[in-house]
Amino acid sequence: MAEMTLLQAINTALHEEMARDEDVVVLGEDVGVNGGVFRATEGLYQKFGAERVMDTPLSESGIIGSAIGMAVYGLKPVPEIQFADFIYPAFDQIVSELAKMRYRSGGDFTSPVVVRTPYGGGIRGGHYHSQSPEAYFCHTPGLQVVIPSNPYDAKGLLKSAIRGEDPVIFMEPKKIYRAFKQDVPQEDYVIPIGPANVVRSGTDVSVFCYGSMVQVAEKAANKASEDGYQVEIVDLRTLYPLDIQTILNSVKKTGRAIVVYEAPKTCGYGAEIAATIAENAIEYLEAPIIRVAGLDTPFPYTLEYVYMPHPARVYRAIQDVLNF
Amino acid sequence: MSITQDQGKMSTTAKQHQKLPEGLTESQLKAIYEAMLLTREYDDRCLKLQRQGRIGFYAGSFGEEACQIGTAFALREQDWIFPSYRQPGVALLRGVPLQSMMNNLFGNSADVVEGKQMPVHYTSREHHFLSISSVIGTQVIQAVGCAMAAKIKKDEAVVLTYFGDGGTSSNDFHSGMNFAATFKAPCIFALVNNQYAISVPVSKQTSVECLADKAKAYGMTGIQVDGNDVLAVYRATKEAMQRAKVGEGPTLLELKTYRAGPHSSSDDPTRYRSKEETEKWLKRDPILLFQKELESLGIWTEAYEADVKASIQNKISEAIKVAESLPQPPWESLFEGVYSNDPQALMAQKEDILTHESGLELTNEGEFPL
Ligand SMILES: Cc1ncc(C[n+]2csc(CCOP(=O)(O)OP(=O)(O)O)c2C)c(N)n1
Repeated sequence: MAEMTLLQAINTALHEEMARDEDVVVLGEDVGVNGGVFRATEGLYQKFGAERVMDTPLSESGIIGSAIGMAVYGLKPVPEIQFADFIYPAFDQIVSELAKMRYRSGGDFTSPVVVRTPYGGGIRGGHYHSQSPEAYFCHTPGLQVVIPSNPYDAKGLLKSAIRGEDPVIFMEPKKIYRAFKQDVPQEDYVIPIGPANVVRSGTDVSVFCYGSMVQVAEKAANKASEDGYQVEIVDLRTLYPLDIQTILNSVKKTGRAIVVYEAPKTCGYGAEIAATIAENAIEYLEAPIIRVAGLDTPFPYTLEYVYMPHPARVYRAIQDVLNF
Repeated sequence: MSITQDQGKMSTTAKQHQKLPEGLTESQLKAIYEAMLLTREYDDRCLKLQRQGRIGFYAGSFGEEACQIGTAFALREQDWIFPSYRQPGVALLRGVPLQSMMNNLFGNSADVVEGKQMPVHYTSREHHFLSISSVIGTQVIQAVGCAMAAKIKKDEAVVLTYFGDGGTSSNDFHSGMNFAATFKAPCIFALVNNQYAISVPVSKQTSVECLADKAKAYGMTGIQVDGNDVLAVYRATKEAMQRAKVGEGPTLLELKTYRAGPHSSSDDPTRYRSKEETEKWLKRDPILLFQKELESLGIWTEAYEADVKASIQNKISEAIKVAESLPQPPWESLFEGVYSNDPQALMAQKEDILTHESGLELTNEGEFPL
């Protein structure tokens, strides 16, 4: 076991996977000599060399497009998009190409690229260093979307992603990159892509969340437990494919559902969770499903604390479903 | 064609004939120098504000003063700027009030966008200075469209866009160059080659040694200019303006310089470049070079310098004092300005938050890491 942050867990997973499989390569802006602007790729360049750890020109479509070509040839590229906010120049390569390579070629060609990208607010980054674009990618058949919420999961999920046969958009909650440490096994382990994780079990309300919102939900749950209510928190971990069964099991038990996500509320990923529950378990519900989300505005600078879902807002939703 | 420092010097020999370089008057030369000094002092003070934790982020333009002032001084009021985040000096020269810029850095209630954007993302339609995006390269093709519009409307306006060596790798740079040349758009591409895109040196950005050569592939004029020589930059911009005005279309100006400071307040350049390299470039500090030139023309004196600096410092201090004393924008402002008309869903969110959370003591937790 070693105590490490989420960022160190990512870095460790990259080191171990590159050592395990020489087909794994890393590419992106500032990922080489500088070790990434967040230091997620620290030490890789020094250890594995410039051929496997590539500082690229400043072009996201170039990064993803070339990664697709490498994957088609047989490498396992793990490109980094410096901020999720800058993934849009690569949007075409991701949604038209990466996502469809297997299907459009009848499996003749595949592109198992793992796109790592820090996402989310809470770091005073304004419009262009704070966004949460996961819903675009969940809406694109052919992509898997994974978001860890803690160091242990980050290492295991990233390893699974790299060993898998399909493309993954691996989104890292940068707000909690260094927020806390956790014991992470030094030996090899994987966490499969797919299953959600019930991080706190309870009987009164279910809160579905992922990434940095798991901590926010936990704080709200602590407050609710002072009132005598037991909140269940389900960390989705994988947004696509979604672990529908775990969600339904939880709702059937509690009869109340809240979804927390920091992207703009309208058409955000929480709408999918709410619809899934409504379609499959509406008869179990004792209150409306509530979405606690970011606002339908671009991500702001000064007032980001008003924009971001915070524990008090989640707690209010918990009270609302309990008092319905 | 390349305008070098030597050619820049040639024009200064004109002083022997009692003529000032580039047909500029003494007061214009002083205005250029003072604008460069203001840029340097502004950058210096603002980076310090960040280091002291008084603002959240800053990205300076140390070493790029000649690139900014040399280009912007050649423009007229009707011309337009499509900037990147590294031209505070251009905003100031265009007349964007120092106070307004400081309000952006503090994201306060007097900020024209009420704290919606990060520091260094200024905006001023009045000064034809487009709102800044962080996203590299996007402004390049937009500038071309703006120039096309001016041409369609038969207005005599030229559009100048700034971007870095990193920006030349973006898709929007390439489509911008191609559109501009194809439509003979009256625009100028000011490529500030400061030799770094964060940690990535220009040698990893492109195989081309002279970035101005990229112009050839698009069928436009490309010129490499000594970006530390303000008068050389000014002359090249004037010439590019002339081409645009007579219908010869766009010019790519490669302003070769050096990013003398960190990429931003979150960057540590010692991780990827040597002190010696930086020191070598500091010897060609554009302000120092121009100062010597003005001194040889009998325009610069130590007393003049001291006077100008003191007045600049007072202005900046005053602006900081005011900006820092102002409160944060009201929460309502967050919900305004997304559309010309407020959508129902957003207004419901506004009402919900103002009704239930106004009394809560919420604060920002994070810090900008890059
Ligand atoms: C599309 C996009 N990708 C990545 C970034 C992150 N980023 C911010 S500045 C920068 C380097 C830009 O270098 P350059 O264009 O040379 O301009 P300079 O900062 O040197 O002025 C990078 C990679 C971004 N802002 N936009």
